Amino acid sequence: MTEIPAVRLRFRFTKTGKIRFTSHRDVARMWERAFWRSRLPIVRSQGFNPHPLLSFGLALPTGCESLGEYLDARVDEAAYDPSSLATLPEQLSDLLPEGMVVQAVARVGMAEGSLQQEVASCDWELEVLGVVGEELEERIERALAAPSLTVQRERKGRQTEDDIRPAVLALALTQTDGSTQGEYPVGRIKAHLATHPRGVRPSDLLSAFGTDVVLARACRTHQWIERDGARFEPLTVSGLGTDPVVEHAQGRAS
Amino acid sequence: METLWPQIERLLLGVAKPARYIGGEQGAQYPTHGPGKVAWLLLYPDTYEIGLPNQGLQILYEILNERPDAVAERSYAPWVDMEAAMRAAGVPLFSVEQHYPARAFDVMAFNLSAELVYTNVLNLIDLAQVPLHAADRGPGDPIVMAGGHCAFNPEPLADFVDVFVLGDGEEVVSEINEVLAGWLADPVDERVRHDLLLALAQLEGVYVPALYVSTYAEGRLVSTVPAFEGVPAEVAKRTVNDLADWPYPARPLVPLTEVVHDRLNVEVFRGCTRGCRFCQAGMITRPVRERPAEQVKQMVNDGLAWSGHDEVTLTSLSTADFSDIENTVRDIIDDPVHEGRVSVSLPSLRVDAFTVGTAAQIQKGRRTGLTFAPEGGTWRMRQVINKLITEEDLYSAVDAAFSQGWRRVKLYFLIGLPTERDEDVLGIAELGKHCVEIGRRHSKSVTVTASVGGFVPKPHTPFQWFGQDTVEELQRKVNLLRQAAQPVRGLTVRWHEPAASAAEGVASRGDRRIGAVLERVWRNGGTFQEWSECFNLELWETALAAEGLSLHEVAHRDRDEHEPLPWDHISAGLHRDFLWTDWQDALAEAAVEDCRWTPCYDCGACTEFGLEHVVASATPPAGGSQGTGQDLAAGDRIPVRLMGTRA
Repeated sequence: MTEIPAVRLRFRFTKTGKIRFTSHRDVARMWERAFWRSRLPIVRSQGFNPHPLLSFGLALPTGCESLGEYLDARVDEAAYDPSSLATLPEQLSDLLPEGMVVQAVARVGMAEGSLQQEVASCDWELEVLGVVGEELEERIERALAAPSLTVQRERKGRQTEDDIRPAVLALALTQTDGSTQGEYPVGRIKAHLATHPRGVRPSDLLSAFGTDVVLARACRTHQWIERDGARFEPLTVSGLGTDPVVEHAQGRAS
Repeated sequence: METLWPQIERLLLGVAKPARYIGGEQGAQYPTHGPGKVAWLLLYPDTYEIGLPNQGLQILYEILNERPDAVAERSYAPWVDMEAAMRAAGVPLFSVEQHYPARAFDVMAFNLSAELVYTNVLNLIDLAQVPLHAADRGPGDPIVMAGGHCAFNPEPLADFVDVFVLGDGEEVVSEINEVLAGWLADPVDERVRHDLLLALAQLEGVYVPALYVSTYAEGRLVSTVPAFEGVPAEVAKRTVNDLADWPYPARPLVPLTEVVHDRLNVEVFRGCTRGCRFCQAGMITRPVRERPAEQVKQMVNDGLAWSGHDEVTLTSLSTADFSDIENTVRDIIDDPVHEGRVSVSLPSLRVDAFTVGTAAQIQKGRRTGLTFAPEGGTWRMRQVINKLITEEDLYSAVDAAFSQGWRRVKLYFLIGLPTERDEDVLGIAELGKHCVEIGRRHSKSVTVTASVGGFVPKPHTPFQWFGQDTVEELQRKVNLLRQAAQPVRGLTVRWHEPAASAAEGVASRGDRRIGAVLERVWRNGGTFQEWSECFNLELWETALAAEGLSLHEVAHRDRDEHEPLPWDHISAGLHRDFLWTDWQDALAEAAVEDCRWTPCYDCGACTEFGLEHVVASATPPAGGSQGTGQDLAAGDRIPVRLMGTRA
């Protein structure tokens, strides 16, 4: 197999609105079609059934929104025009469905770890129905005080019991006023959840609060890479069109 | 009009595959509704994944939205979990584009591609909160329409559908829109629904069942005749003469989520004259009308650039018969604009080595499986059904497939065909066994799958008089075949549920009395009857019995030459005596040749409408017998009109 000299481009994009109900796999296919239409020279795998070499970060659960999703693409170095980077976000946003906005693109080093490996935690904003106000606050405090939080989850078609407490890094009620969804009062929660060894989904977290807490909306606001005690986003929104390589040591500590 | 989205989105976290309900496809249109614009809701009465790729619906969607006096949106059948959530929350059926309520549209137009979706049609009308029966609808209710192949026996749905449209929809949809626009211009309290129905019934290709009455004697249909002055005694289908006038869909819908046929589709011709006697599509879509090759290539290039797909299917009932198919395909593959990434697939391969060679050239890198459809297990059987594939044709095609790298071959067969004997069923295993042996010469790991469906006779075909096999008889034949195939390593038999064939037969050839049967099946929970997890024959048998009918009476009984048929007042152009003669020929095991390259049999499809076959070449496609058994060197006359000429 001949290795085509390639550069690695990292894209940051949103997934908001109606499109949140598509799956991770659906998003991958939207990107494949958008890249094909954009004529960006994505390197394709060799072999029987060639496919574009794209590497997606942590899967976003179907139904959740995000303000920061990431994707790495291998681009043919010989055919790639670095000056196209500045206009690429806008061009791709036009080719992607409504709700998917490409916020930034930058070249990253080939030696960097994959998004799946590197992202250590995510911030979430959750809206819940059923239990709100002080009652919800109490449940959050109880969850944080508990030595373990056992939830039932499905893994490869089988029910498993997992303790998700170690993965709950921070949890707080952000709003106690009487905001509503339609006629129902809504509780708003901010959560900082670890991704390793196994990611905690918003629905997993809420199941630890009791069956009467219903998830109405979830938005992943940040994904974090941790290195030497500092944390970075894989690509910041202000990282628009940068070339050459963005080293994460230059990133902004939060 | 107010969107239902805020109510709908609350339901979507709790249902499977919520992307089915959000719309947002590339190519989706968000028209502004308002006075002077007829609002059409185009519905496919099956799941989103099945319905979205439907080309007929996409064609009408574009044509209507191009009109200044029409708007069109789409809807599909919500899966059972979503339907339950909608009913519990009081959310009615909605369009996927702007999530407007279905009942707020002027027209609900259903595509009928299969009979077992009929109970879904009832369910969707009900879920839209529109009166179920046409007779109960008022001037403010939508007009419920239906078109598609199943509309050629409209009677089982006559109680529920206001207007059926027969044949090609490209032209008639605009004529209907104009009539509707005129009627809707009046304030709602001045509109009389009957006046509209009478006006629509004047259009060619439009059938309004409420304007006809069926009479019965001794438990059988006597006739279906007009009940009002000025209503035609027979309604004939519409046929678009020149496909080149209709390069649609121009902006094919690209879904956000996975659907069946997830690739570009370009229709290369309509109609088929091979004359397979079991095939309703081949009978009711005559004559053959090819799209010019240049336009095909243009639509492929535009469609791929638009959609971002890397695969295109050239669709028709028999794509390998397209004039100069080989060069057309090669031009697409070799066009530098595609950077060598595009693959072309042909949905129906002719059974000959030549076609396989073409397939080998075009299916780069995806050589997983190849499908052929001999349909019958013996030559005798194939003469009865007029699918004239010789064993030599099949074996040389299979040999070519295995020698060119394919490892899996799938063979389609029907069982329960007229005159069928056990030896014909066992012949399927014999053919399969021989194909495995051929494959073994090339590779140890070949597999051959024989996929077997129970035959259901269809209206407007020579087999419309045939009493189909009972569930028990089909099951016996399946078992016979499984036993015969079981010892053959590498041969797998798959079969379609025989009970579903019986229910399909009821919906396929029933008369108006089947409406009450469908309603009972639906009221007892029988939706999604083409899905094995939902299908239940007992519902159908109970409903038939309650209406004084039976599977035997509707599905399993032979009809004689003069028995009135429920679709006698509907015409696909085919003369009844042509069909009867062809039925007698079938019973005598006598075949007929493809009329594109032989003199006319006067079936009626061309002569009734003043049409001719439109093809680009008078030379039959290369490839020897192409499995027809015809001597193609013979004949000095061209029985077709060549594209670009006028007869």
